[in-house]
Amino acid sequence: MNWTVWGAVLATAAGCYGLKLAGLSLPERVLARPLVRKVAALMPIALLAALAATETFSTGRTLVIDARAAGLAFAVVALILRAPFLVVVIGAAAVTAGLRGLGWG
Amino acid sequence: MVRNAAGVGVAVGTYGVSYGALATSSGLTIAQACALSVLAFTGGSQFALVGVLGAGGSAVSGTATALLLGARNSFYGLRLAPVLNVRGLRRLFAAQLVIDETTAMTIAQDDPRAARLAFWSTGVAVFVFWNVATLLGAVGAHALGDPKKLGLDAAVGAAFLALLWPRLRGRTAWITAAVAVVVALGLVPVLTPGVPVLIAGIVTVAVVAPLAREPVA
Repeated sequence: MNWTVWGAVLATAAGCYGLKLAGLSLPERVLARPLVRKVAALMPIALLAALAATETFSTGRTLVIDARAAGLAFAVVALILRAPFLVVVIGAAAVTAGLRGLGWG
Repeated sequence: MVRNAAGVGVAVGTYGVSYGALATSSGLTIAQACALSVLAFTGGSQFALVGVLGAGGSAVSGTATALLLGARNSFYGLRLAPVLNVRGLRRLFAAQLVIDETTAMTIAQDDPRAARLAFWSTGVAVFVFWNVATLLGAVGAHALGDPKKLGLDAAVGAAFLALLWPRLRGRTAWITAAVAVVVALGLVPVLTPGVPVLIAGIVTVAVVAPLAREPVA
């Protein structure tokens, strides 16, 4: 199990470095096509949105609304108020932990 | 300039503490959390890998999500290459420092000399702060105990939202995010954890990108 995680860590590391080096090394025309640029700009948005949603509203293969949803709601308000990253993350954890302490979710 | 770089480094350090804490609470060892910060050194992809693994996703879907997210660094490299003008060994070092923060600081400069100074000073500062912070976060969370009791599972979702937030500018960005959320949650009941995110990313971009008319950065 641990070796699987190491495999993922090293594959991610090698792949991420390769992607960075490719950008510095490849001729510009390869990545300069408008559609390729749009895909590159939109992919992080789609993935981060999907990750935020599934991390909050699912457990395994089940869709759930539990104390994590309140944590995410806190995060939305904190981000609108331009709170720093750490406040957003710790606040979301604290709200969730607090509700669980009260016996919900 | 160097003071700005240190400022960015400190700010990034706060992400690093969160990443280190969430990585170990997702089941990575402290060594694995730190190795990823040194070797991958790109926050979004690192959060993605530990998020998918922590949610019970496979190593393959976690890695694939991390790499799709890391592909943006290729485009940063493309923009930085003419400014940095690095060859050989220097290019190999420079490549590792091609991330959101160094790109933003570098392209904000007017002349090439200042741009190169911004790149290297920001890159080194962020690398140092990111890795020290990862270690602190990983060791700290390890000492704190049960991650669920501390609400750290909710912190993962909040972290992704915080990474997404500055990118949500313009109609196309909002539509992309909304479609991805619907597709991902729709697929949760039918697919192994981790795979819905991957498919949501690919399907959403495949549908939205050709239709998007406004130029995207």
